[in-house]
Amino acid sequence: MSQDFRLAEGGLIDRERHLHFKFDGRRYTGFAGDSLAAALLANGVRLVGRSFKYHRPRGVVTCGSNEPNALVELRTGARKAPNMPATTIELYEGLVASSQNRWPSVNFDLLSVNNILAPVFVAGFYYKTFMWPASWWEPVYERFIRRAAGLGRASGAPDPDRYERANLHCDVLVVGGGPAGLAAALTAGRAGARVVICDEGPRLGGSLLSERIRLNGEAGWRWAGEAALELAGLPNVRVMTGTTVFGYYDHNTLGAVERVGEKGPRPPEHMPRERMWHIDAGQVVIAAGALERPIVFTNNDLPGVMLASAARGYVNRYAVRPGSRAVVFGNNEDIYATADDLTAGGVEVVGVVDSRAKAAQSSSHPVYQAQRVVRALGWRSVTGVELGDGTKLNCDLVAVAGGWNPAVHLSSQTGVRPVWNSEAAAFLPGEPRQAEASVGAAAGYFATSDALDTGAAAGKAAAEARGRKAKIADLPVAEEPRHGGLEALWYVPGRDKRSFIDLQHDVTVSDVKLAEREGYRSVEHMKRYTTLGMATDQGKTANIPGLAILAEARGQDIPEVGTTVFRPPYTPVSLGVFAGYNRQQNFQPVRRSPLHEWGEAHGAVFMEAGPWMRIQAFPRDGEDIMAATNREVEATRRSVGMCDVSTLGRIDLQGPDVAEFLNRLYCNGWKTLPVGKARYGLMLREDGIVFDDGTTSRLGENHYLMTTTTGQAPLVMTHMEYCHQVLWPELDVTFVSVSDQWAGVAVAGPKSRAVLQKVFPEADLSNEAFPFLAAGEFDLGGLPARLFRITFSGELGYELNVPADYGPAVADMILEAGEEFGITPYGLEALDVMRIEKGHVTHADLDGRVTAADAGFGKMMSTKKDYIGRRLAERPAFSEARRPRFVGLRPVDRNSRLHAGAHLLPQGTTDSIEHDEGYISSAAYSPTLGHWIALGFLANGHERLGEVVRMVDLVRGLEVPVEVVSQHFVDPEGERQNA
Amino acid sequence: MRIPCPLCGDRDSGEFTYLGDATVRRPPADETDLEPWFEFVYLRDNPKGWHKELWHHGQGCRAWVAVERDTLTHEVFGSQLARERAIAEDERA
Amino acid sequence: MRYSIGRLLHQALRGHRDWPEAWRSPEPKAEYDVIIVGGGGHGLATAFYLAKVHGITNVAVLEKGYLGGGNVGRNTTIVRANYMLPGNERFYAHSLKLWESLSQELNFNVMFSQRGVLNLAHSDAQVDAFARRGNSMRLHGEDAELLDPEEIRRMVPCLDLDNARFPVYGGLLQRRAGNARHDAVAWGFARGADRLGVDIIENCEVTSIHREGGRVTGVDTTRGAIKAAKIGLAVAGHTSKLAEMAGLRLPIESHLLQAFVSEAVKPVIDQVVTFAAGHFYISQSDKGGLVFGASLDGYNSYAARGNLPAVEHTIEAAMSLMPVVGRLRLLRHWGGIMDMSMDGSPIIDKTPVEGLYLNGGWCYGGFKATPGSGWSFAYTIARDEVHETNSGLRLDRFRSGHLLDEEASGPVPNLH
Repeated sequence: MSQDFRLAEGGLIDRERHLHFKFDGRRYTGFAGDSLAAALLANGVRLVGRSFKYHRPRGVVTCGSNEPNALVELRTGARKAPNMPATTIELYEGLVASSQNRWPSVNFDLLSVNNILAPVFVAGFYYKTFMWPASWWEPVYERFIRRAAGLGRASGAPDPDRYERANLHCDVLVVGGGPAGLAAALTAGRAGARVVICDEGPRLGGSLLSERIRLNGEAGWRWAGEAALELAGLPNVRVMTGTTVFGYYDHNTLGAVERVGEKGPRPPEHMPRERMWHIDAGQVVIAAGALERPIVFTNNDLPGVMLASAARGYVNRYAVRPGSRAVVFGNNEDIYATADDLTAGGVEVVGVVDSRAKAAQSSSHPVYQAQRVVRALGWRSVTGVELGDGTKLNCDLVAVAGGWNPAVHLSSQTGVRPVWNSEAAAFLPGEPRQAEASVGAAAGYFATSDALDTGAAAGKAAAEARGRKAKIADLPVAEEPRHGGLEALWYVPGRDKRSFIDLQHDVTVSDVKLAEREGYRSVEHMKRYTTLGMATDQGKTANIPGLAILAEARGQDIPEVGTTVFRPPYTPVSLGVFAGYNRQQNFQPVRRSPLHEWGEAHGAVFMEAGPWMRIQAFPRDGEDIMAATNREVEATRRSVGMCDVSTLGRIDLQGPDVAEFLNRLYCNGWKTLPVGKARYGLMLREDGIVFDDGTTSRLGENHYLMTTTTGQAPLVMTHMEYCHQVLWPELDVTFVSVSDQWAGVAVAGPKSRAVLQKVFPEADLSNEAFPFLAAGEFDLGGLPARLFRITFSGELGYELNVPADYGPAVADMILEAGEEFGITPYGLEALDVMRIEKGHVTHADLDGRVTAADAGFGKMMSTKKDYIGRRLAERPAFSEARRPRFVGLRPVDRNSRLHAGAHLLPQGTTDSIEHDEGYISSAAYSPTLGHWIALGFLANGHERLGEVVRMVDLVRGLEVPVEVVSQHFVDPEGERQNA
Repeated sequence: MRIPCPLCGDRDSGEFTYLGDATVRRPPADETDLEPWFEFVYLRDNPKGWHKELWHHGQGCRAWVAVERDTLTHEVFGSQLARERAIAEDERA
Repeated sequence: MRYSIGRLLHQALRGHRDWPEAWRSPEPKAEYDVIIVGGGGHGLATAFYLAKVHGITNVAVLEKGYLGGGNVGRNTTIVRANYMLPGNERFYAHSLKLWESLSQELNFNVMFSQRGVLNLAHSDAQVDAFARRGNSMRLHGEDAELLDPEEIRRMVPCLDLDNARFPVYGGLLQRRAGNARHDAVAWGFARGADRLGVDIIENCEVTSIHREGGRVTGVDTTRGAIKAAKIGLAVAGHTSKLAEMAGLRLPIESHLLQAFVSEAVKPVIDQVVTFAAGHFYISQSDKGGLVFGASLDGYNSYAARGNLPAVEHTIEAAMSLMPVVGRLRLLRHWGGIMDMSMDGSPIIDKTPVEGLYLNGGWCYGGFKATPGSGWSFAYTIARDEVHETNSGLRLDRFRSGHLLDEEASGPVPNLH
């Protein structure tokens, strides 16, 4: 199809570069520099979509990111993106797009039957019906609503493109590259300030690209081009086009999204689709321009009705005739410039309908003074208009100029309410709360010369605020058509049900009036009841007319009604770019032990444990995890096993007051720990609940090493820093996390001493010289090594720490030394089984609601000192007899399986919460005992040993009688660990 | 937000974790009445406006910082090392 | 005028001329039997049940702005009763039962949709924790099912379970849970209360609470003084400020929680799904927008607008398991002020000041509680005693130690 509506000359397009594209399966051609909307209009395509509710035909309304109507699905397959405004899509070779929310086609849409039902489908109708019968809501009514709702379709496949996140710091951020923004950036940039200037469009210039503005006697876009060149040449200035500053957050931090890879079917190789910028700006200059608003009249949604600024933009910027015969309708001087531009573009202007009583200038066009368009005529697109006096004009384009709304969005996002200005009949930015200034049209200065002046002044002030000497840039002399002279007109009474305010959501004048009648009078109620302004354009064309119509219905002024709140983002932003790289597998970093590769080399299977990947087990040929675990446990208990415990937290403490510090941190006492010994410690939170446990060893007079659980390590460190810096700064203690500096290997089992004796042939590891809970520093072939006689399995056992990088080598040394004993590496599962057999707690049991007494540690709680958590642990609820206490459990029928998460109820009761007495916190198959065992909490459990209760696991469909026993299933007297 | 760390300068709030009200004081070690402990752990003025609060520069120097901030506007007025503040208060007490 | 399909069709023919106001806008009287401070979901529900269940109709609801302008109008609309601790579960189970007939009760379609709430578990330990919770729910008579990964894959095909940093080991499903149209809940209760004679007074800010001899006597407002012997506070977000007027200091901090909505698209996800690995929850509204949220911004705040790091953390969680949403676009993100209690659970109780009743501390779970909260609070105000449903939600539990710490994170509000 040829470009019948393309002008022979003009426009900021490259006629040498023909670009082929498809829309709804048909092939078209456009030029480089086109937007998709411009290319469609150039090809005479005016019907581009269907509306949300009534499926009415809809065409292009704007020339920018405020487009409510011309939304398309861009690309196909996994790269398909719904609801993309055709007005912002840069045309590229091979572009494929389709219309949406229609079936079977945009020209013939069966769902336009909704249009006939429109009298029923008014604002909020669904609140009044679909209630009977109640059971029909989900399967019938709502099912239908959900299918009908939504506009485009998601691709249904994972997004194949990449996204990036990056940071920028600058003295001055200029938002918007129109005349005001350029003047600001030039002024601040020449002064040497670090300047970033962003514009959502593909090139700088703003209104200079689409309006007939002359600067220094030449086309405005030429000056914009020169300014852009100069800025690009300044080393302290960064120009970012295709970049939308979408959010203004606290302390002058802003979010911007740069569309990097949207100029082709897929992003260039090694490039992201989009990039998220966190901009930390010293000063912000908002030069975001203004958005034209429509005047609402009957059938104003027909394709061919567009904003006057858009009509001018298509002619001036894209050399496209948006129609052949035009009526221009408005309430300010813009209509005359529009008529001139359209005429220059070869469009016949059949009428300029000026709603004002008196024109401010003469015109060569047929002018209908003090007249209004009361309705548009036509079925699938506009064929004419009717004026208030009954005059009918045939036309295929209606250009509407209702005045301008400054883009107060960003400034309002900082929490500053915009202020109504009755002269401009618009909201202007409120008094800034942050280091920012709005300039140009964004501040209500609509004349280009004013935009240049206010921009330059703000650029100077911003640079000076950042310590630069600045002077106002030489500004060009601007000539432009007259504008202003606005006499507010928001809507023309007519068929209110067909007078559309929010074009995307099909919200009409009658909807707003209905809301007001029903008491949804607050602007927020009206918005929520009618859904006005809640579509993808967030009401950029609809909100102010909607507000004005509500105000009129309430008999009030607009400022009394107020606005809804402006929220980020300014325009919709891909979810993918917020996440950047942090998605799927890369959602959060993986932590690996220094023995990770060593484990891999020895056949380990890994599992996620918080941020860590930890060794689950070392399965051999054909073994599943459980079989491997059983073998590992048996081998360890029979002879010797070894396990990676590098992930434990380690905190090195030094100073004369360490013992006092530990005494206050732990609930048990630390003043008597001798050098060379380790002690188990229990930390509470200040509310008396168990926080963490672990051993701390005294390595020297004033030198201690604390271990924490893997999961709580960062929190314990932060807690200790709080205690030291905030609570007890008088304590002379220094401590640092050394978790990452050491690799840890547990060696456990009856033969562990023999193995370690081979590793440390010089040392005396006899039970007398190095008994249970001994701790010492040894030399391992020149390597500093720390050995602790501690165990989690209940066996004779040791933990050996060596510098992290030597972990794999030392692990292999141990393997080699243990070979004659059949040493068996074991994983987390075996570790867990053995600690359950021994009755040791982990965070599976200490779940953040358990007190020390609940867990059986009541005797550890010192009564002779202050420590974190002491006093609130004395609260009455914590000593109630019914409180669940830590017990062991075994199935009466030894073949039964036990499950963590099951509840414990007395025998002979119903499965009801009033009989609930506790729960199982840990369960495992014990290869040592040959049946399942469990740990759990049972009301007053420590006094119920021998009793049989029911394990009730309703979500797994199980009930098992279990016997309450001591939690120490294996070696309750500790003979093995002390051997 | 940007949090002024007395040691590191203005840093992104993402480097910090937040604890809360910096004006509550842990009762003396020998306080045996439960009430002041309950108040210390649980009760807060929760002001709308000026608030002195503890931030931890966990991804920086690991200092606890007492920051003065407006809870309505999020404006930050200044900060001080919690440790220095605690020592000063101890000396006053 | 009752709402029905017949009336709707009739009005369609008449240009919808005759619909009355959903609620009146009366001038405040000098005295009421009960004043409810806060015209949000809980306050309006309380007034409704005071009138409906207890016959107390001389009630004023005082709202400083427009009704429903607080958290009832800015939440992510999830309704569920999947708590582990009995003090919470018996309350939320009751609330869920009220939800099931709420549209009919109010004659206002609140679009409560029992599409199911699915919590995903990311480790065996989490599956066990969910089992413990699910068993507790079942023991309360609520529905709960433990799903395996294959069942989850079939039920929620848009999850990318094969490339997840934190794999899905299972899930806890409550089928009777779901979501509702949040504004409609406020409007429905307002209309219902108004029809029973309750005065809903908007743009009326309470500036002080009068006390005489240890009991309340009334309030000062921006629209004059109003007397009442009973005053109920239901002003989540600002509970501390109101309680301070009565000399109370509370175990509550105000925090900022953000919520998010995408552009509207055709159905992508049917259930409400939550990821424990990122505190993330998502559902799709009937209009087509994906509605989601995650953790608090993390600092005390009364500003109903948040910052970018929390936005990014939330969406990272979305992209961790649902990369299908990458090309959908964020339409809007906003903030609400949460009453974060020190154990993460709410308070519905009498206070040490006679005649003053407290409803607060909802953290970010207040929406689902709306009918249950109103019902229990009305009972407590009318009878001056707690009902079994709110018997765990006592104010003195922090002092006594009967904590309801579902998250088990201790007295640090921003961790709940």
